[in-house]
Amino acid sequence: MDDNSGKDLTAADSSSVGHEGAPAGTAVVVRDAVANPGFPPHRPRVTDLNPSAERRAERTVYTLFYLSIVGSVFAIVAYMVFPIIPEEPDSVRLNNLFIGLGLTLALLAIGIGAVHWGKALMFDHEGVDERHPVRGSDETRERAVEIFHEANVESGIGRRTLIRNSLIGALIAFPLPAVVLFRGLGPQDTNPAALLEHTMWKKGTRLAIDPTGTPIKASDVTLGSAFHVIPEGLQDLGHGKLEEKAKAAVLLMRLKPEDINEPADKKDWSYDGIVAYSKICTHVGCPVALYEQQTHTLLCPCHQSQFDVTNQCEVIFGPAKRPLPQLPITVDSEGYLIAQSDFTEPVGPSFWERN
Amino acid sequence: MSTATTTTELVETKKSGGLTGAAANYIDERTSISTAVKELGRKIFPDHWSFLLGEVALYSFVIILLSGSFLTFFFSASMTPVEYDGSYMPLKGVEMSAAMASSLDISFDIRGGLLMRQVHHWAALLFVAAIGLHMLRIYFTGAFRKPRELNWVIGFVLFILAMAEGFTGYSLPDDLLSGNGLRIIDGMVKGMPLVGTWISFLLFGGEFPGEAIVGRLYSLHILLLPAIIVALIAMHLLFVVVHKHTQYPGAGRTNQNVVGYPVLPVYAAKAGGFFFIVFGIVMLMASLFTINPIWNYGPYDPSPVSAGTQPDWYIGFADGALRLIPPGLEFVWLDRTWSFNILIPLVTLGLFILVVLIYPFIEAWVTGDKREHHILDRPRNAPTRTAIGAAGVTFYAVLWATASSDIIATHFKVTMEGVIHTMQFLAIVGPFIAFFVTKRICLALQKKDREIVLHGYESGRIVRLPGGEYIEVHQPVDEYERWKLVSYNDYKPLMIRPNSQGKITVGQKARAGMSRWFFEDRIEPVSSTELERSHSDHH
Amino acid sequence: MTTISTPKQTGGRKAGRRSPLASVALIAIGLLFTGGAYAAFSTSTASAETNAASQQTVGEGQKLFAANCATCHGLEAAGTEAGPSLIGVGAASVDFQVGTGRMPMQLNGPQAEKKAVQFTDEQIASLAAYVASLAPGPALPDASLLDGEGDAANGAELFRINCAMCHNVAGAGGALTQGKYAPALAGVTEKHIYEAMVTGPQNMPVFNDMNISPESKRDIITYLKYLDNNPSPGGFALGALGPVSEGLFLWIFGLGSIVALTVWITAKSN
Repeated sequence: MDDNSGKDLTAADSSSVGHEGAPAGTAVVVRDAVANPGFPPHRPRVTDLNPSAERRAERTVYTLFYLSIVGSVFAIVAYMVFPIIPEEPDSVRLNNLFIGLGLTLALLAIGIGAVHWGKALMFDHEGVDERHPVRGSDETRERAVEIFHEANVESGIGRRTLIRNSLIGALIAFPLPAVVLFRGLGPQDTNPAALLEHTMWKKGTRLAIDPTGTPIKASDVTLGSAFHVIPEGLQDLGHGKLEEKAKAAVLLMRLKPEDINEPADKKDWSYDGIVAYSKICTHVGCPVALYEQQTHTLLCPCHQSQFDVTNQCEVIFGPAKRPLPQLPITVDSEGYLIAQSDFTEPVGPSFWERN
Repeated sequence: MSTATTTTELVETKKSGGLTGAAANYIDERTSISTAVKELGRKIFPDHWSFLLGEVALYSFVIILLSGSFLTFFFSASMTPVEYDGSYMPLKGVEMSAAMASSLDISFDIRGGLLMRQVHHWAALLFVAAIGLHMLRIYFTGAFRKPRELNWVIGFVLFILAMAEGFTGYSLPDDLLSGNGLRIIDGMVKGMPLVGTWISFLLFGGEFPGEAIVGRLYSLHILLLPAIIVALIAMHLLFVVVHKHTQYPGAGRTNQNVVGYPVLPVYAAKAGGFFFIVFGIVMLMASLFTINPIWNYGPYDPSPVSAGTQPDWYIGFADGALRLIPPGLEFVWLDRTWSFNILIPLVTLGLFILVVLIYPFIEAWVTGDKREHHILDRPRNAPTRTAIGAAGVTFYAVLWATASSDIIATHFKVTMEGVIHTMQFLAIVGPFIAFFVTKRICLALQKKDREIVLHGYESGRIVRLPGGEYIEVHQPVDEYERWKLVSYNDYKPLMIRPNSQGKITVGQKARAGMSRWFFEDRIEPVSSTELERSHSDHH
Repeated sequence: MTTISTPKQTGGRKAGRRSPLASVALIAIGLLFTGGAYAAFSTSTASAETNAASQQTVGEGQKLFAANCATCHGLEAAGTEAGPSLIGVGAASVDFQVGTGRMPMQLNGPQAEKKAVQFTDEQIASLAAYVASLAPGPALPDASLLDGEGDAANGAELFRINCAMCHNVAGAGGALTQGKYAPALAGVTEKHIYEAMVTGPQNMPVFNDMNISPESKRDIITYLKYLDNNPSPGGFALGALGPVSEGLFLWIFGLGSIVALTVWITAKSN
């Protein structure tokens, strides 16, 4: 057997491929295999033996088909009887339910009826088809090779190499303009990485409540509060509002000042325990909006990254790496919270050009 | 009614005229359809429940085409902001894209519109699920072996395209859930080295979310992807016709025949009826069960998000892979950001997909078997393949389950951190455990088969022999049943041999190693000699 | 569901169904059995609130507090290792925590769970009056804010922005860190929703009146009650958990029943 396997494998690598004599690789060829006993005797069905069972099956089948018609009619009737009444969600539900149930009956009854017909009443002796090798016969294959050879000779594609090679070159070159065309998918003369560096926040922009745009006073933000914040003026943007919001969304929270650990260079980024962090996850960009006011943890509901608000929103769990960028804030003369500047780093998911 | 009479009747009608005959004649003289009927009409298809899984996928696709066409009549693939003024009260006056507003109108202002939306979406979930189950059947029975390797590849590409269809469709209503899904795609794309930022920029036509993406996905969803899918399905089915269907081992069945029912009439009745059954089940789900309630999600807005934000099930494995990554895997190197928290899942899933795609070629290389295989393996008779499959399924299932880590946490009252840590462990260890356990189970089942063939079934009847000894009577297995247990392919590990130059190549060594891994544990099928010996022992 | 089967809701703005007469009758019955009772209840707490200074009630509450709460929150309600200080949390906080059964806590877990209410309405009112007497804090909401007659569309938008990330867009609840969770909101009374927003129980942030105005809170309640009273137009909502439950359902019911049918189709007929 071992001898057999090794030899066969060498054969397997060669190009001799045939159906009958195809190499079996490392397959064990059992010389004394049990013989195929041939087809078992046919077992007749009840409907073959008992005429009343046959009639019953027939009755079942046509009853099902009639039932299907009933279902279709029911669906049409339901369409009219259960109209959609504006501001009545229940009417939508009934419309959906009854048209649907009518159609369900219509479809299932056809299906079950047809299958039952096939199973119980149609001739049920199994048939046998012969299989032939998938490969064409040797004759066909020879002829195919011959045709290619003739085509080669008649066209001279093998001989006239200059024609052939220049054609190949042309065929490679001609789709390239299409690739260039795809540049038009995005605005021309714009560097995408530069767009990601900045948001709408700038020095003096007031923090406003999402979605009303009402500016927020520092005194409004009580301990334990979480405000969902947009830059003031965002709602007035006509074009590009969502694009700006996708970068500028901020979560504003107030903690006890003593709970916050601030490095020296960011000491004045918060105001009396009020901190503002980008709401856009540094992993793949979901809004990190779940604030737990006792544990001071921010959680992203998409991939469960967790950020510690008391420690510059550093990652404490999950796939994100970078802390959420902090928006430096202060108050203006009227007591409204304002940004000291834009974020000092790009917000949102990482990108190649970011450094 | 016998076969012969049916055929004659058919010919009779054609000859004798009548309306049907005249119509048939008219068509045949212009299409040569009689040749097709002659070739295919009595083509034999073997009958087994698992052979219908591919049909489920095909039928779901037809249902998707039908319901989807209806939806296109009303859907507006535009992200132009409009103020919603439809029937759903809690969104009245809310600014949203025209796509979202038209999706709501389909749901709340067109009779049967919600039904069609739900049919479309349920059928889409079913489509991908049925392809998945169909592929598992193909894999575990070895139906991908020669000559069907290329059809496996086509089928697998269809699986990927079905997911792409699903994802593009899921994103069209521009609701909060799908918008956050796109946001995640945007984040993943941006994390790709070198080209990520640009791809995202071109895909969204500027900065995320822009006003282009829905229209672009719509073109893909209703034009490009379906066209490719239809073409590939046609190829896939053409190959099924060319190869003829595989069959399970059974008495009378050989590698040179195919046993089953003819297309006309039995198979047509069963398969045709089955289409209506699948449609009916989808319709039942659509009429009774809500799917994708976009009215709850509201329009996309980059600021809100819902707890339990998940993709549809077939994208779950990718979402799960993102969740499994531990913190800290992102670095700035050479002044550029390397997001391994995104690259690792992308590369891992890419490799996983690649291995599944080329598995038929790997196995063919290991066995060196160039014969055509039309008789399926029972999974136990290919223990290593089955075990690899179980490992792959386990890996996929762990990723998939991880995508619902938060819901597992709330519903089983455990911590989400605990769920993730457990899944991280399982994603690495689980496949090995599954491999080992499955392989042992397969070998044990093969041993049991041998026992049954040689000694019969345990009948449960205890007899006391004259000598006072108690024995259980074994019921011998009949020869038809026995054939299923003894007819399988068995491989031996490859022996390393020098090639014609007298050298042992690295490839040869690798191949021998793989071969040993595949086939070192093997149970041989019972031979006739063994069978005779066991019979003489018993009598 | 119909008006009758959802207690503690004040008649239905959306109660109109087929016949106008039927809806009138339904509202009447609903009000009689549930809304009426609720209205009576809320007036009584409201009056308890206005008379919060009533020394007798406060004294009553102090006794209850000493017996049931002081172990963790301290005799003067100033807090201990085991429980936070309750000075300044207001009557609304007490009414929410005790009125939903979260307090007194039975065992230490990741968070206090909703369970059977341990006190009568009068006892809760006394406790609330006592805690409110310690320092000013959020009071019980005015009944006019709980009528569910606000602007559901505005409420829905605010809900999505401020609440959905934890409680899910359909109020089905969601997971938080370390085994904590945001509870489902179906069937929570209007009053408790309002109180939760103003007091920020446990890890929920506080949504004070400057963040979400009382009228807006009324809108949010209106939306939540809309969800409670209007079953999903598409049929059973499968827990409103989104794609996970849909996917599971499809695999188990959808594909499961189809596979069962394939077995029937290919089984040999008897």
